[in-house]
Amino acid sequence: MALGRRNAAGRRAGGTDSDSLLQDGPRQAPGTDPSRSFLEARDLRIHFPTDDGLVKAVDGLSFTLERGKTLGIVGESGSGKSVTSLGILGLHRKAHAKVSGEIWLGGDELISASDEEVRRLRGKRMAMIFQDPLSALHPYYTIGHQIIEAYRVHNKASKKAARAHAIAMLAKVGIPRPDSRVDDYPHQFSGGMRQRAMIAMALSCDPDLLIADEPTTALDVTVQAQILELIQTLQAEFDSAVIMITHDLGVVAEMADDILVMYAGRAVEYGTIGDIFHRPEHPYTWGLLKSMPRLDRDREERLVPIHGTPPSLINRPSGCAFHPRCAFGERNGDLSRTVVPELAEAAPGHWVACHLDPDERRAIRVEQLRLGS
Amino acid sequence: MVVFAIFFLLPRIVGQTPEGMAQRYVGRDSSPEAIEATVKRLHLDDSIPTQYGRFVKAIFFGDDYSLGPQKAHCPAPCLGFSFNNNQPVWNEITRRLPVTASLALGAAVIWLISGVTTGVISALRRGSVFDRSSMSVALAGVSLPIYFTGLVALTVLSYKWGWFPGGGTYVSIVDNPAKWAYALVLPWVTLSFLYAAQYARFTRAGMLETMGEDYVRTARAKGLPERTVVTKHALRAAITPIVTIFGLDLGLLLGGAVLTESTFSLPGLGKLVIDGIRNNDLPVVLGVTTFAALFIVIANLLVDIVYAMLDPKVRT
Amino acid sequence: MTATTPADVTGEEHPGGEGETLLSVSGLRKHFPVVRGLRRKTVAAVKAVDGLDFSVRAGETLGLVGESGCGKTTTGRLLVRLDEPTAGKIVFQGRDITHTKGAALRRMRRDVQMVFQDPFSSLNPRHTVGSIVGAPYRLQNIKTEVGIKRTVQDLLELVGLNPEHYNRYPHEFSGGQRQRIGIARSLALRPKLIIADEPVSALDVSIQAQIINLMEDLQNELGLTYVVIAHDLSVVRHISDRVAVMYLGKIVELADRTDLYERPMHPYTVALLSAVPLADPDQRGKRKRIQLAGDLPSPLDPPPACPFHTRCWKAQEVCTVEEPPLAELSPGHRVACHFPENAPHANPEDPRQRDPSVPSEDGVVPKELRDAEAHQAASQAPAPPAPAAGQTEPGPPPTR
Repeated sequence: MALGRRNAAGRRAGGTDSDSLLQDGPRQAPGTDPSRSFLEARDLRIHFPTDDGLVKAVDGLSFTLERGKTLGIVGESGSGKSVTSLGILGLHRKAHAKVSGEIWLGGDELISASDEEVRRLRGKRMAMIFQDPLSALHPYYTIGHQIIEAYRVHNKASKKAARAHAIAMLAKVGIPRPDSRVDDYPHQFSGGMRQRAMIAMALSCDPDLLIADEPTTALDVTVQAQILELIQTLQAEFDSAVIMITHDLGVVAEMADDILVMYAGRAVEYGTIGDIFHRPEHPYTWGLLKSMPRLDRDREERLVPIHGTPPSLINRPSGCAFHPRCAFGERNGDLSRTVVPELAEAAPGHWVACHLDPDERRAIRVEQLRLGS
Repeated sequence: MVVFAIFFLLPRIVGQTPEGMAQRYVGRDSSPEAIEATVKRLHLDDSIPTQYGRFVKAIFFGDDYSLGPQKAHCPAPCLGFSFNNNQPVWNEITRRLPVTASLALGAAVIWLISGVTTGVISALRRGSVFDRSSMSVALAGVSLPIYFTGLVALTVLSYKWGWFPGGGTYVSIVDNPAKWAYALVLPWVTLSFLYAAQYARFTRAGMLETMGEDYVRTARAKGLPERTVVTKHALRAAITPIVTIFGLDLGLLLGGAVLTESTFSLPGLGKLVIDGIRNNDLPVVLGVTTFAALFIVIANLLVDIVYAMLDPKVRT
Repeated sequence: MTATTPADVTGEEHPGGEGETLLSVSGLRKHFPVVRGLRRKTVAAVKAVDGLDFSVRAGETLGLVGESGCGKTTTGRLLVRLDEPTAGKIVFQGRDITHTKGAALRRMRRDVQMVFQDPFSSLNPRHTVGSIVGAPYRLQNIKTEVGIKRTVQDLLELVGLNPEHYNRYPHEFSGGQRQRIGIARSLALRPKLIIADEPVSALDVSIQAQIINLMEDLQNELGLTYVVIAHDLSVVRHISDRVAVMYLGKIVELADRTDLYERPMHPYTVALLSAVPLADPDQRGKRKRIQLAGDLPSPLDPPPACPFHTRCWKAQEVCTVEEPPLAELSPGHRVACHFPENAPHANPEDPRQRDPSVPSEDGVVPKELRDAEAHQAASQAPAPPAPAAGQTEPGPPPTR
């Protein structure tokens, strides 16, 4: 495949080291081994020209992920998290979206690759599972057919072999009596079983990267626990990288190694799970943590909601997109209103995009909000 | 039920009396005795339900019309005798069926392929020149009546330029397949234009809907080639309502493509029934209507079966 | 069917409680018939709600939790009388409203209102906000002191909306704002009781907190009583005073908030709480997650006696034969179980009295003590030893 090749050290072979052109943004996932770096996004931008204006759904996103690890992308509606995942898979129609930046999957750069090259990678090296398995599976084909289809498009296999593989995958995801269930239609499965089937389909070609977009939001809590556990087990078995997209901080706490907090199309905070939960740095992250009702704490005080509403992606607030809702936005004079903050390293491997002085931030966090130490 | 309604209402509408009907058989200047005899022979003075019962029975078993020394046997299936030529209606129907069938089936193939393809391409290239122009043409297609398009086609393509034979020519397929097709080109095109336009619009709307569905996105995410995504996933889902409509349309058409046959003077069932109406030939109208009703019932049944084959959710 | 004493129902078990009993429900049932065949014969019934007994005191918030198919939404609809119960009684402010109709029902609606789940579909897109919120006055023919428009604007302000948006349409508002509109509408006639069906689940996390706070503020200001139906256990813990856990149309546990979350007694509650992901990474790997065997049975054919026995790791023969009553096992804490957890007086036959790491005779052991393979085997075997209908196959999608 004639895409940009990288040698073992992760640098582009031949010519200058293009890394030096990018001054900001994390080059390595927090606390990870660069030689295992498997997925890397650099300055990803996905813009949609519409009649009402340019929707900047993702506006300068960078992160890395290595095999066997899980990146949790946290954000609310309009944060750009789903758009990002579709962008990695190359599922945005060229006619509708302007995609720029770089996405490196192993040694291949995806954005500059042709449609056909990316298509061959889809399903085989990177796969996705979606939020609602009932609408994401074709209603007129059996589960077996859909899994076999995914398998045979990437592997030369006879129908018989493919069917045997499909049955094995269904067994692996914990569906009882897979040899008969393989001929059932999606509507004949319960919600949890359907999601398992979708996972089986996504993993049928043994992809290196699995993107799970809100995989459990539509499920009951006991089923959700089973599905999350299943994803973890399979990840360990296949040594895949997983991106878990969710708005639920509980899910992310259970599953992720690193967390990327997105707001209005940009990363506002990026760090390990310990960083984010115990030493959060960005006011938006504080807001999320303080406004969440907790299962493990009795109702002591009022929730502290984040004032205001999520921003329009067409008319993004100037400067820091979060500033209209930030309780501390005024502390830097006009800075938050006029200048877009870039990601800066607050601690090794822990990046924040905020204009607040780091010491001041820490003081607010610890004394005022009592979030961590 | 429909047949019964026609049986009951049509003569009343037309203002026929039993005597009047009998007179149609016997001739204009016949004696009252002859008329009376005919009325008796054809059981025209029986009550309506009785006549209806006879009619139904005749379909299965045939009937005898005794006429004193004259006996006329109408073999099963018996739909009566035509007023005009005293022939069993059934024979007339069977003679004309191949014409209608040729017209309907040929047009069906054409409109299905052209309509669906146009619809799919329009949906995929939404907003393009192709899309906008094809939809404008489709709008014309559904708005223009067949007798208009047919006559225009005849005038320009047949009389003026002489590319195709004019109306009234029909050659059976067994006699000369080439000529058969050639003679039917204009009627086919005229008839399909209307239906293709409809189907193009349906398909386009259906495709636009299915292409936006989650399962299409999943299909792409699996790495399937775009063509497979469009045909096996999007089109497959969008086609179900179209197939059912197709079955019904075809069923109706087989009962007589009235307008097209009239315009092109094709000796089919449609023309037969139109002529029958014009001539107040009650048995013919009755017979063809019954026959057409049969086709519609069969079409409905087949459509239900096909729908269950296509949509697994219906089967449970 | 359930052996609760009348005292339980009328709330006299809480002498000196916050207020008098506003709403009490006994033996509430709602069965939806399934008709088949040409002659429309009723062949089966979906037992959506199958015998509820509880009461709600004035000024408190009762949380109703459960997973899909447990009947909580149907219960909410019964309480507002959007549906009529098949059996049982609903008593509101001392009046039996179980079967009220017509004008009496309309009068009752002034006092009992509902807030719906989906702020996007529960508002008529063709009506302005002003007409939506003002509709109750017109429908009930109530004359307000300062005119309907003024009253509506006051209401909009009360829920945190700009009164000048009186003439705007729902699509011009965000999800959170639309939910506020729904709340404003429900408050129009100053009801005493509000049933909130999943009031925040369709909203973004940052907006959820706003709406939760709004509801709490309104409760304090207007003296409202809430029944909040939700599946999010964290939200319920925050907002409720007492919580009822439902399973297959029955209440399996009903307790004060702290009691329920810290000392859950019913095995289903224990499993449910263990399944919720905690926003605390330090807890990872430390929590014992209990996995339930099998799938949720269909409400068309719920298991006999205790509905949970097909999935319970403690199920014994008695559980398949005798339905456990919703009994008060500790003050203010009612459980329907023969072998409750954390109970002050444990049942001597409780299999957990033995070393919990040893599998019980029936071979069903909690997940945390099994490895993955053994779990696979167990979920394919019938759970209880008795020949009851233990479904281990995935059933049809559970209905709400």
